[in-house]
Amino acid sequence: MDLFHNLIFGFGVALSWQNLLYCLIGVSVGTLIGVLPGIGPLGTIAILLPITFNVAPVGALIMLAGIYYGAQYGGSTTAILVNLPGETSSIVTCIDGYQMARQGRAGPALAIAAIGSFFAGTVGTLLIALFGPPLADVALEFAAPEYFSLMLMSLVAAAVLAQGDMAKSFAMVALGLLLGIVGTDVNTGVQRFSFGITELSDGIGFIVVAVGMFAMGEIIANLGEPEQRSVFGAKVSHLFPTLTDMKQSIGPILRGTAIGSFFGVLPGTGPAIASFSSYIVEKKLAADPSRFGRGAIEGVAAPESANNADAQCKFIPMLTLGLPASGVMALMLGALQIQGIQPGPEVMTQRPELFWGLIASMWIGNLMLVVLNLPLIGVWVKLLTVPYRLLFPAIMAFSAIGIYSVNNSSFEIYLTALFGVLGFVWTKLGFPAPPLLLGFVLGPMMEEHLRRAMLMAKGDATVFVTRPISLAFIIVTLIILVVMVAPGMKRTRGEIAG
Amino acid sequence: MQLPDSKDFWSGVMLIAIGAAAVFIARDYPFGTALRMGAGFFPVVLGVVLVLFGLYFAVRGLRNSAKIEGSWSPRALVVLPLAFVAFGVLMEHAGFVPAMLALTVGSAAAGAEFRIGEVLALAVLLTALCVALFIWMLGLPYPLIIGM
Repeated sequence: MDLFHNLIFGFGVALSWQNLLYCLIGVSVGTLIGVLPGIGPLGTIAILLPITFNVAPVGALIMLAGIYYGAQYGGSTTAILVNLPGETSSIVTCIDGYQMARQGRAGPALAIAAIGSFFAGTVGTLLIALFGPPLADVALEFAAPEYFSLMLMSLVAAAVLAQGDMAKSFAMVALGLLLGIVGTDVNTGVQRFSFGITELSDGIGFIVVAVGMFAMGEIIANLGEPEQRSVFGAKVSHLFPTLTDMKQSIGPILRGTAIGSFFGVLPGTGPAIASFSSYIVEKKLAADPSRFGRGAIEGVAAPESANNADAQCKFIPMLTLGLPASGVMALMLGALQIQGIQPGPEVMTQRPELFWGLIASMWIGNLMLVVLNLPLIGVWVKLLTVPYRLLFPAIMAFSAIGIYSVNNSSFEIYLTALFGVLGFVWTKLGFPAPPLLLGFVLGPMMEEHLRRAMLMAKGDATVFVTRPISLAFIIVTLIILVVMVAPGMKRTRGEIAG
Repeated sequence: MQLPDSKDFWSGVMLIAIGAAAVFIARDYPFGTALRMGAGFFPVVLGVVLVLFGLYFAVRGLRNSAKIEGSWSPRALVVLPLAFVAFGVLMEHAGFVPAMLALTVGSAAAGAEFRIGEVLALAVLLTALCVALFIWMLGLPYPLIIGM
């Protein structure tokens, strides 16, 4: 059947020497930054984006994707061994994982984390393969009103589901939209907010915003906090989980994968929500909830599966609809745009090697991670002993070179510095950053679609609710707003997002 | 009157400032109608939205007083961006190597621990590594030192 042939085709693409190499580089770098606190996939991908200019689109996506889901693996390693979550999604794994390590069971914890992640990755790959093409087919029917409503729904969902203060998330979306339209207005040729600066006539580069806020802003914040290191020096032996471990983990892995896949397609949710939610679910379902927090293997299996499934499924909206469901996806979208590819439903038919090659490569990457990570654990832990004061100048250096290499422009360097300061200030004031990036990427597109929709409808605004698909998106948007603002949900949301 | 130091209040002030600035700058852009939206439509609408959010937060901030939490380093906030800017300036006027050295040393200066020997060693090592990786291997066309 079609799915089979497409997957074979995808593996054909993914198994070329170059793409295998890109995959290896991606997952290795990903694991590395996942292990190291203070630098995450968002900042890293932003910094490495300029390098992808010279690489074929498939290779670029494969590498960047590898960084993204590789970081989930790396984060869990340190969470278990050293009680240090390398990534926000691994915070939950610390709880029971570290306890298991202290009981001498680091090996089984790491193994189950890897197995769970691999299973989730496989399921994620299958889901993308199964649902991608039909979704793209539906999306081919979309016209301007549908796209506008869809983007509106995504932004609202992103704001509602983002961690932290919901009102501030909405404000960040609006701010991102505003920053996104800096530059020449394509329709009328009017220069907006460019203050006569030529470099701004094309708009603010999103790499500038991403690196500024997520790399430099992060560093500024980290330098303000005292460095915490609790080196455990765990001896990792007996890698194999017992039969009981495995039996206990089956349910959590399955449920975690399901929860992760669900959150994966929701815009605005980071991997943290998926892992938190699955932990809460496991605790509620457990026969003896008191075991949680004291080394329950379910507390490792479920979140690890969830965050991996989430990471993979985040690709679905981006690859099929051209809709970024998170900050990282916004960057991936940018990577494609830089290559001259406009992501959307046509990509699957016009450039199938992009879609299927990427999917196949994600599965290969997951395999690489399982095979590579377990033996290399000692290496990763050694890396944790590198002090931050040696790391962050290197991060700054790579950021600077990356930004400069885009347009050979010092102006963009200055602008990045500005966004570093702004990013830090905004975070300190309690404004979450990812909604801004989403608004920034979607802003110009939304305006375009709004204009076209109004033109099509000759000024009749009801077009958004008279067309059925558009109406569906609007209804979902309203439901999200109502449900999340209701008092009962506020508490649950606080539990999850807090 | 003592200015409140609540997080929300200053968030609000900031948003009002940004939103008002946006509306002010965009006031001359053609606004258009709903049918044919001009260049000024989105900016003004967004600016107004931001001002409204700002008012909401400012008022909320006057009623609660959640302070800005966590410690932060003023030095990092000032020095790190300056180091970055120095990179930009030096890339244009002095070349890749001076820019990298300045950036590394400058960045390190933003941190709390600064051991001059270690920092210099790091700077030289990192510069050498980046020259090898970016200029030689990846072929980025930047002069190492301008004038040589």
